[in-house]
Amino acid sequence: MISINSYLAVTAILFCLGLYTVITRKNAVGLLMGVELILNAASINFVAFSHFNGNHLAGNVFSLFLIVLAAAEAAVALAIVVSLYKQFGTIDVEEADTLKG
Amino acid sequence: MLDLPNLKDIAFVLISVFTIGSACGVAFSRRILYSAFSLLGTFAGAAGLFVLLSSDFIAVTQILIYVGGVLILIVFAVLLTSKIGDVKASNQTVNYKVAVPIVGGLALFMISMLTSGPWKVQETEVYNSMVQPIGNGLLKEYLLPFEIVSIALLGALVGAIVIVKREVK
Repeated sequence: MISINSYLAVTAILFCLGLYTVITRKNAVGLLMGVELILNAASINFVAFSHFNGNHLAGNVFSLFLIVLAAAEAAVALAIVVSLYKQFGTIDVEEADTLKG
Repeated sequence: MLDLPNLKDIAFVLISVFTIGSACGVAFSRRILYSAFSLLGTFAGAAGLFVLLSSDFIAVTQILIYVGGVLILIVFAVLLTSKIGDVKASNQTVNYKVAVPIVGGLALFMISMLTSGPWKVQETEVYNSMVQPIGNGLLKEYLLPFEIVSIALLGALVGAIVIVKREVK
């Protein structure tokens, strides 16, 4: 029988894979994909907790807001990526080090 | 006797394996374009998990916004920016030595959290459509967060356009 622990285990694995992606990728779009994995894991967790507490509304609404903010974040991040590519000719995050002292 | 919960368990296992498998594709694929397409499987699998959790509205929103919007944006960004044929230029990975301890430590911490004790849950699972409660909630007790999120979304979209349009000296 699946319980809340099954969902928490799945989302924990998703979160770890997302963190691994964020740490290892040098490509800015790759970093963004890792962030999306992490946000998805968090969103599933919210809905899981609300479902196993009598299908409560709060988790669903919070998950909805999370999806909207993730979309906004993706739009801004990709705008920055395109701008970075125009400036440096690459989206390798280790090449864009103008701010380094 | 037909065991209906058993069917649900099978669906959960299949969807979870699919989701985690495509998430592994995102994390470990050598080519950035393959990662982008693996992300499709992860988003669809997450939508399936939402359906299993009886959040129909969130599942549909997930497919509409993530698969229809965010994923298209990501694929556009991949195709527009990198030399995708060249693995070295497009998707070099670094920091294995840093990543493995951090992620492993986090995984151990999460396992200890998961096994530390029972979570506060209700005994009976409720299955009902969430569309009407969400609609009512967004216009009643969650009205202020709803408006703030709308303004944040508007600001983010205008900001994205401004950033892309700015001339590079």
